[in-house]
Amino acid sequence: MTSSLLSVRGLKVVVGGRHILHGVDLDVAPVGVTALLGRNGAGKTTTVRGILGLVPRTGSVIYDGLETNGLTTHRIVQRGIGYVPEDRGIFASLTVAENLRLAERDPDPAYDLVHELFPELRQRARQAAGTLSGGQQQMVAIGRTLLNRSNRLVIADEPTKGLAPRVVTEVAVALERAAQAVPILLVEQNLALVRRLADHCAVLADGRTAHAGPAAELLADADKSRTLLGVGRRADTAPAPVAPAAPATGGDH
Amino acid sequence: MSTVVLLSVTGLGLGALYFLVASGLSLIFGLMDVLNFAHGALLSIGAYATWWAASHSFGYPLALLFGTAVGTLASVALELGLIRPLYRRPREQVLATVGVGLAVPALLSAIWGADARTFPVPASLGGTFTLLGATVPVDRLVLIGAALVVLLALKAFLGRTRHGLVVRAGVEDRAMVTALGIDVRRAFTLVFAIGGAAAALAGGLAGLYFGSVDPTQGSSLLIFGFVVVVMGGLGSVSGAAVACVVVGLVQQFANYYSTAGLGDLSVVVLLAALLLVRPSGLTGRLA
Ligand SMILES: Nc1ncnc2c1ncn2[C@@H]1O[C@H](COP(=O)(O)OP(=O)(O)OP(=O)(O)O)[C@@H](O)[C@H]1O
Ligand SMILES: [Mg+2]
Repeated sequence: MTSSLLSVRGLKVVVGGRHILHGVDLDVAPVGVTALLGRNGAGKTTTVRGILGLVPRTGSVIYDGLETNGLTTHRIVQRGIGYVPEDRGIFASLTVAENLRLAERDPDPAYDLVHELFPELRQRARQAAGTLSGGQQQMVAIGRTLLNRSNRLVIADEPTKGLAPRVVTEVAVALERAAQAVPILLVEQNLALVRRLADHCAVLADGRTAHAGPAAELLADADKSRTLLGVGRRADTAPAPVAPAAPATGGDH
Repeated sequence: MSTVVLLSVTGLGLGALYFLVASGLSLIFGLMDVLNFAHGALLSIGAYATWWAASHSFGYPLALLFGTAVGTLASVALELGLIRPLYRRPREQVLATVGVGLAVPALLSAIWGADARTFPVPASLGGTFTLLGATVPVDRLVLIGAALVVLLALKAFLGRTRHGLVVRAGVEDRAMVTALGIDVRRAFTLVFAIGGAAAALAGGLAGLYFGSVDPTQGSSLLIFGFVVVVMGGLGSVSGAAVACVVVGLVQQFANYYSTAGLGDLSVVVLLAALLLVRPSGLTGRLA
C-alpha cells in the first residue's frame, strides 16, 4: 500500500510513565474499511488517540501526505477526519440537535443523510443527549461524522460495543453506507461485522502491530485469528452475525 | 417591615455584585479548570479605572463603560500572556493567578495609596426612594438591574450562539471539543474576556455601592464570589444566580439580627451545610 491515506510508523505512546504503545505500524487504504483489531488492552484506542494527537506520542503519522506530529488535535481533525470515540464522546447536557450542530464543519451539512440513516435523531432533536439510550447516543456519535461530506477519513472506535443486536445492525448499515463515500478506520471486536465491512486489517498485540493484511484472509485462518485475536471459537463459523464481544469495561477515557 | 424590605434590597444588591464576580469565575473554572485567583484583581482594575474616569468628569455611565473595557482588556491580556503559556501546567497556572491577585492590589496602593478613595457618586444615583414604606438607596437598584442584564446576556450567549455552544460543550469535555476540529483555546480567551468584563463591571458598581474604592475590595468580594461558585455548582451560571441571592440575603439578615460579622460566618456555615447535602452544588450543570 504505497498510496495510504493514513500511514503510521513506529507510533509510541507513554502515559503516566507507562509505555503503552511500543511501535505501531498501520496503513489505512484510501477506499473502503480498514479494521484495527486486537484483544482487550492491546492498544487500539491508544493508537487512535495517538493518531488524533489526543495523547502525546512519538513516531510518524502521515495523513494525506502531511506529517501530523506536532499538530494540535483540532488542526489534524480540520483536515477532514470524523471521530467516533470509544466512549461515544456525547455532550450529555446538550440536546441532540446541539451535539450535531457543534460538529458541523461543512457549510452545507448532510442532515438529510443523517436523518435518513437515523430517523430517531430527528424526532429526538430537542432531547438532552444524556437521556438517550446507548444506541441512540452512538447514532449521534456516528451522525456527527456523517454530517461533514468534506471528511476524508472516519475513525470509529468500537462503534457497536455494548449495543443491542438491532442497533448493531443499524450502525452496521450506516457504516456500510458511509464507507461508500469515505474510507473508515474501524476498531471492532465483532468479527462478523469485520468480515462484512473490512477489506484490510491490522492486528495489535501488546502495543505493537502483530499482523497486517487482507481481512478475509485472516478471518479465514482459524488458527491465526485465534492466536492473534483470542477468539474462543472458530471465527469463520461464528453463527450470530451480530453477537457483540464481551463488553469491555474500564479503560474508557 | 421597612427594615425587612431594606435588608432584602441591600442583600440583593450585594448578591448582584457577587453574581458579577461569580459568573465569570464559574465559567472560567468550568471550561478551563483554572481557579482564577486574579479575578479580584480584575474587579479592582475595573473599580479604579471607573473611579479614575469618573473623577475626570466622564459621567458615571461612561466611566463604568471605560472601567469595564479596561478590565476586559486586562483579563484578555492575563489569559494570553500568563494562562495560555502554562496551558499544560495547571499548578503553575494557579500560582500565576495568585501572583497577579497579589501584585495588582500592591500596584494600586503604590500608585493611589492604600487608603480608600472617595468615589464620586452622581446625584441621580446617590438618592433614595420609598418602597413598601422603606427608604431604599437608588444604587441598590442599579446593581440588581446590571446583574439581571448580565445574567440574561450570558444566558442568551450560552444558549443561542455558536461560541456559547462551544463553551457549554467544553465545560463537559474539552478534549472531545477539539476532536470535533474546534480550537477550544479561542473559547478560553472568550470566557476570560466575559469574566473580566463582568468582574470589572462589579468593580465600578462596587465603587458606587460602597462610595469609595480601595485596593483590598477585590479580594474580599472574591471570597464571596468563590462561595457563590461552589454553592451554585462549578460551571453553572444559573446556579451562581440562585446562590448569590441566597448568600446576599443570608449575610444581610444575619449581620442585622445578630452581631455584625456573624453574617459572613453564617455564609460559610451555609456553604458547608450545602456541600454536605449536595456535594456538586445547587445545580451541578451549566446554563
Ligand atoms: N490513561 C492511561 N493510563 C494508564 N494506562 C492506560 C491509559 N490508557 C490506556 N492504558 C493502558 O494501555 C493499554 C492499552 O489500552 P487501550 O485502551 O488502548 O486498549 P484497547 O485495545 O483499546 O482495549 P479495549 O479493546 O479494551 O478497548 C491497557 O493496558 C490500558 O490499561
Ligand atoms: Mg479500546
